[in-house]
Amino acid sequence: MLTKRIIPCLDIKNGRTVKGVNFVDLKDAGDPVILAKKYAQTGADELVFLDISATLEGRKTLVDMVLQVAKEINIPFTVGGGVSSVEDVDLLLQSGADKVAVNSAAIKRPELIKELADKFGSQCVVVAIDAKQINGSWKVHLAGGTMATDLDLFEWAKTVETLGAGEILFTSMDNDGTKQGFANEALARLSTACNIPIIASGGAGTVDHFMDAFQIGKADAALAASVFHFGTIDILELKKTLQEQNIPIRL
Amino acid sequence: MKVVLIDYGVGNIKSIQFAFERLGVSIVLSKDPEIIQQADKVILPGVGEASSAMRKLKETGLDALIPTLKQPVLGICLGMQLMCNHSDEGNTTGLKIFNTEVKRFSSDVKVPQMGWNTINNLKTDLFFKLKAPEYMYLVHSYYAQNCAQAIALTEYDILYASALQKDNFYGVQFHPEKSSRAGEQLLKNFMKL
Repeated sequence: MLTKRIIPCLDIKNGRTVKGVNFVDLKDAGDPVILAKKYAQTGADELVFLDISATLEGRKTLVDMVLQVAKEINIPFTVGGGVSSVEDVDLLLQSGADKVAVNSAAIKRPELIKELADKFGSQCVVVAIDAKQINGSWKVHLAGGTMATDLDLFEWAKTVETLGAGEILFTSMDNDGTKQGFANEALARLSTACNIPIIASGGAGTVDHFMDAFQIGKADAALAASVFHFGTIDILELKKTLQEQNIPIRL
Repeated sequence: MKVVLIDYGVGNIKSIQFAFERLGVSIVLSKDPEIIQQADKVILPGVGEASSAMRKLKETGLDALIPTLKQPVLGICLGMQLMCNHSDEGNTTGLKIFNTEVKRFSSDVKVPQMGWNTINNLKTDLFFKLKAPEYMYLVHSYYAQNCAQAIALTEYDILYASALQKDNFYGVQFHPEKSSRAGEQLLKNFMKL
């Protein structure tokens, strides 16, 4: 049976992990390769790297990092953040990324999704969608969630699926950082409306939240950052608990 | 030991190269028929769409060469699908090494299947030390139908062949290069065939 995936997310700036991390035995928690390796060895099903470098220099460093991660890591990983062209994606895939996440660039120019799917295959095209509720309806935001658009989350999700996205990474801005659980209602609607996998993001605080994202939110995968970085939740323990609750999980 | 990864211009082959390097095996990328023929082991990778991948194999004449190879050959993902009779993806005639057809998953399930699923009914030494149900990483929209040459089975919306074998030819639908320790074991096993 296809299992639900647990995905730690690493924020990268100038080739280093940002946000605090407190694994006890890590000498250099800022090194994304060391951190990625640790996650791969302790049960992560996949990894996501989000680049928040604003400078060209930072972007170049990212490519080196991707190459190093690909050399060391034996599980799949996605790279996203500021990806805006076929050339960007080509470079990241050539450097060993398995999938690439696009966000703002796809909103500005939706045909990009089709171009990527045609050239590289849907399996490596993840469309990241940041959304929050405005007057009761879910509106897509761009530029790291700083700019609202008129796009409705569910309509946009269907559009990206039609254009050839292989997967959707949905971050609820309302839930992100709250540690109060994922946006399960919106997730369930997305998962039912779309015939491609949905990754839940934003709001993980406890083991129960993951359970809810899978059972209520019908998510195919759940992504989190700080609960893993700070060791609040141990991935193996999380996965064991989920399995005890009859959620299909790889152990 | 000389391992050649057939380079015919499809998709991301870096991860396969790196996976072998992690095992201490250096790998040669080539589309040169002579180099491929002289290799101890041959890998046929593949990511992307079947008909365009097949076209690339034909352009280089590799479509005729591959079925004549005598050393162990491992097709991975689309590489395995191209070794079958026919794929519904782009109505593509395959290399006809494995006597089975490649079909698309129904819309009763999410397509592509993406993530870790179990492989079962394991046969041959390719799975030495691996015990069913073993988890492997899969990303695909099309699958090979179960047949007499199946050496591993996986269930999604249907029970299908996740690995195939005929003589010296092996094919796996999953990505051993991305399947953690189980995948590494499989690659080690392939090296010993």
